[in-house]
Amino acid sequence: MKKDGIGARLIRKEDDRYMRGRGQFVGDIKPAGMQDAAFVRSPVAHASIRAIKFPDALKGHVFSLADLKGVQPITAVSGLPGFKRSSQPVLADKKVRHVGEMIAMCIAPSRAEAEDMVAQVEVEFDELPAVYDMLKARDAETALVHEEWGDNIFLETLVDDDMKAVEKTAAVKVTREFNTSRQCMCPIEGRGVVAEWDSRLEQLTVHSSTQMPHIVRSGLAECLDLDHGAIRVIAPDVGGGFGFKGILLPEEVCLSWAAMHLGHPVRWLEDRRENLTASANCREHHYVVTAYADNEGKLLGLDAEATVDSGAYSAYPFSACLEAAQVASILPGVYDFPHYRCHTFSASTNKPPILPYRGVARTGVCFAMELMIDAVARELGMEPTDVRMKNLVQPEQMPFDNITNKHFDSGDYPEALRRAIEAIDLKAIRKRQKKTEHDGRKVGVGFAVYCEQAAHGTSIYAGWGIPMVPGHEQANMRLTPDGGLEIRIGAHSHGQGHETTMSQVAHEILGIAHDKIKLVHGDTAYTPYSTGTWGSRCMVMSGGAVAEACDQLAERAKAIAAKMLQCKPKEVSLKDGRAIGPNGELTIEEIAYIWYRKPQDLPADVNPSGLEVIAGYKPDRDSGTFSYAAHAALTAVDTLTGEVEILDYVVVEDGGVLVNPMIVDGQLYGGAAQGIGTALYEEMPFDTEAQPLASTLSDYLLPGPTEVPSMRLFHMETPSPYTRFGVKGIAEGGAIAPPAAITNAINDALAPLGVELTISPVTPRRIVEAIASADTKKVAAA
Amino acid sequence: MKPVAFEYERPRTIDAALDLLGAESNSKILAGGQTLGPMLNLRLVQPGLLIDITRIPELVSVSDEGDALKIGACVTHAAIEDARVEDHSNGYLRRVASGIAYRAVRTRGTLGGSLSHADPAADWLSALLVLKAELEITGLDGSRRVVLKNFVRGAMETDLSPRELLIAVHVPRSEKTARHGYYKICRKTGEFADAIGAVSFDPGSGAFCMVAAGGSEQPVTFESPENLFSQGDPLDPDSFDMPMAMDALREAGIEADNYELQIRAVAMSRAMQDAMSP
Ligand SMILES: Cc1cc2nc3c(=O)[nH]c(=O)nc-3n(C[C@H](O)[C@H](O)[C@H](O)COP(=O)(O)OP(=O)(O)OC[C@H]3O[C@@H](n4cnc5c(N)ncnc54)[C@H](O)[C@@H]3O)c2cc1C
Repeated sequence: MKKDGIGARLIRKEDDRYMRGRGQFVGDIKPAGMQDAAFVRSPVAHASIRAIKFPDALKGHVFSLADLKGVQPITAVSGLPGFKRSSQPVLADKKVRHVGEMIAMCIAPSRAEAEDMVAQVEVEFDELPAVYDMLKARDAETALVHEEWGDNIFLETLVDDDMKAVEKTAAVKVTREFNTSRQCMCPIEGRGVVAEWDSRLEQLTVHSSTQMPHIVRSGLAECLDLDHGAIRVIAPDVGGGFGFKGILLPEEVCLSWAAMHLGHPVRWLEDRRENLTASANCREHHYVVTAYADNEGKLLGLDAEATVDSGAYSAYPFSACLEAAQVASILPGVYDFPHYRCHTFSASTNKPPILPYRGVARTGVCFAMELMIDAVARELGMEPTDVRMKNLVQPEQMPFDNITNKHFDSGDYPEALRRAIEAIDLKAIRKRQKKTEHDGRKVGVGFAVYCEQAAHGTSIYAGWGIPMVPGHEQANMRLTPDGGLEIRIGAHSHGQGHETTMSQVAHEILGIAHDKIKLVHGDTAYTPYSTGTWGSRCMVMSGGAVAEACDQLAERAKAIAAKMLQCKPKEVSLKDGRAIGPNGELTIEEIAYIWYRKPQDLPADVNPSGLEVIAGYKPDRDSGTFSYAAHAALTAVDTLTGEVEILDYVVVEDGGVLVNPMIVDGQLYGGAAQGIGTALYEEMPFDTEAQPLASTLSDYLLPGPTEVPSMRLFHMETPSPYTRFGVKGIAEGGAIAPPAAITNAINDALAPLGVELTISPVTPRRIVEAIASADTKKVAAA
Repeated sequence: MKPVAFEYERPRTIDAALDLLGAESNSKILAGGQTLGPMLNLRLVQPGLLIDITRIPELVSVSDEGDALKIGACVTHAAIEDARVEDHSNGYLRRVASGIAYRAVRTRGTLGGSLSHADPAADWLSALLVLKAELEITGLDGSRRVVLKNFVRGAMETDLSPRELLIAVHVPRSEKTARHGYYKICRKTGEFADAIGAVSFDPGSGAFCMVAAGGSEQPVTFESPENLFSQGDPLDPDSFDMPMAMDALREAGIEADNYELQIRAVAMSRAMQDAMSP
């Protein structure tokens, strides 16, 4: 290992500009003549539009769908059998299907003036009954979000196994119902778009705060009927994404149209109210799960029905069914048991279209599965960690094909749990629980174990049949005439620190100093095609491609050096930015200088492609890496107020070989903070008219510094057998387990009161009401 | 989330501020802007003129009036938290101030702005009710004083007319033997309260006042411990009786569900503990 290569806790290169306030986000881009857009958004969830009216003076400044001639709606179909297609007009087409849906676009010299225009646009609605609840959406006599479907189901799937034998023989049968509330992803920087038309290049340039510039470009080409060559998408610094920016936005399409037709650049910056009211779009699941086990706690089978509220439309490119279909395939989690049945529904409702949020379906799945394990343990009077130990996939089974054919590449799940038990000190907690706390609170401990498929590729995504299937990931790399290294990748960083980690990979192979390595990303004009940054894939995929490109470049550099060093290329080795032969050495700078400036010194058979390569990469198996973790939470619950304090939080995590452990720590802290949000705070309630009820951050609670405890992180490093360097995707993991671990801890604390909570977030009100209803039951029973 | 276009003035005297108030009927007083700013951005208010009163010297001054402390309306929460204002309440005002929002908001938010807005979940309202604070108001039609209890007419409703300014708050000096307690239940740091309990009790004289607040209803004031303590005696804070308190809140006309009543009763009980703790 090089000192500053793979495994180094290198300070992030990008932080120098971030910490000094010198980042460049979409909001910092101000082309001359730019005007601002504000959207007329639907105040109602479900209605036909009778008319859109505005004063004549606003003609030429206010645009509805009728003006956007030729613009195609956004469609993201899935190839899964039975999937129903939705067509999402970029501005409402005679009907609105969720609050916040865009109806008209107003363009003015400033955002404030554009909002003045919005206030003057009058929309006449014929309101329709709203589909506000995903379970009611499945009823026969429900309103229809898409009339032509005949029901509200995007997709129904069934993984069927014969449960009859288990049902009869299992000693224990436990059934629970779980809900995870709808959330809104809240990156610090909202979405934003600046679009301009370059008449010299006949090219549309769209600056967008996106995770996937190339996919946005493909989507824009489809909606606007433009050649890819006529579109350039640039993602500058992106202030958080989490999945919220892994989408083709209707706003991107509208602004592109405006830039092409109005003769000046246009900008839209999402504000927090739009963010909350128009885009609460993730995490809403419902489960009914029955677990069968023997008397020792060994799981015999799991029977589940899962519904996901997919909202009004199928978002591009991940579609409306990714979430529920994922539920079916990952619910068994880290456990090995013989029988499994899962029936899923992707329900369409009058809510914003669902998007995959950090961890995607795993956060809900982990909540359901890990609460189930604790429920089984309580039923059997066992320690929940003992039940886990009994059922975890064992290290000697690796690589392991689980019951849904997920191929777990490597790891020691029981060891992670053992370390978590030890770190949180389960024994001491059990002792402590025997005494009363001085402040009267009840303490409890909870665990959650999960594994996380990441960087899964063609073989997995081809089956979904969605608009995007990842293939080889590419890196384009060049040595500059002065021996610097430029790396170009098509994925983009929205906080992951790619400028540092990709540099570490290159440094590991070429030994070039970090200050001479530059990552170019976030621009379709400069970078190879990529599906972008999602699914914890970049370290494996782009990192692998960078390594591949470095290898090829090294060979070319060695060949050039060999001539000068009067030896064979294979006698040359690269070390610390120097090419060393048996009789002497050259620096990388000297090699580059020869190629660019002194070609007369090149070997006769030099590779004419020179010091610029494009390399593609796929892991040996593309079914994904599986990082995993055991989380443990110690909580104290105030039974009178329902307030929960996290006293201790432990994460034992294995993400394979870590390229930069400090960045991984950061990802874990950030992810876990979001997981704490899911566990205790974040919820977008909708009323029976499908109105979102939290419209500012004083109603939609995010955890802040005082709500996130100092976590204790422990790393294990089991390399993936399939990837370059043995790395695994890891950055989503932190957000997966906290709701399960924390809720298990709360339930552990409240078990003596006969209370078990099964809804996230676990709010003070839910706790107080659960205690009260347990009391009522006790009184009734007495 | 951008406000409508408005004019902005920053008068240096109370009279100049009142003149501006008289001249433009669609005007709004701006103090710390911590409530008004968001309201402007959400276009809940659409004024033609903002009158910024934070540079009027009298409004940021504090003076000792013997039996009371006069605190200018534009004195910030942070100034009180940092003890830049004399503490004559045995540390109570400081503690309340330090629990409002978070520092950035406290640096700008003002005592007068908070009381004028009269959000029932705000801290000063409940905290000062138990201290029997009086408000000094001046307007185009003259000046007057009103006790805080009569000033508040309802949730976000006060006795202040649009042609008046809140000038100062008179906080009576506490007896050395007086004990004050405050307890706020909120979801996270910086949030408005879901429940507040505030109490002032002088074991010497037996003077007692307790306030319970929360939700969107006016705070409820109890001038006697009678219906709140099982023995009727606040000297023993453990005898605070939550079921009795919940009944008392119901009787006072609070329309809240069990959870809301329970956390208010808890806040009252803990405020009492706070008051009596050494
Ligand atoms: C994120 C956040 C969290 C908060 N949390 C809390 C909390 O936990 N507890 C709490 O109590 N408060 C909280 N607040 C509110 C804060 O305390 C404000 O400072 C206060 O409510 C208003 O004071 P201001 O000086 O900012 O008034 P402004 O916002 O300037 O004005 C508020 C209203 O009062 C009027 N007004 C202001 N001063 C006068 C005057 N002298 N005479 C007549 N009318 C006047 C204005 O016209 C306006 O209608 C929070 C605010 C924010 C932004």
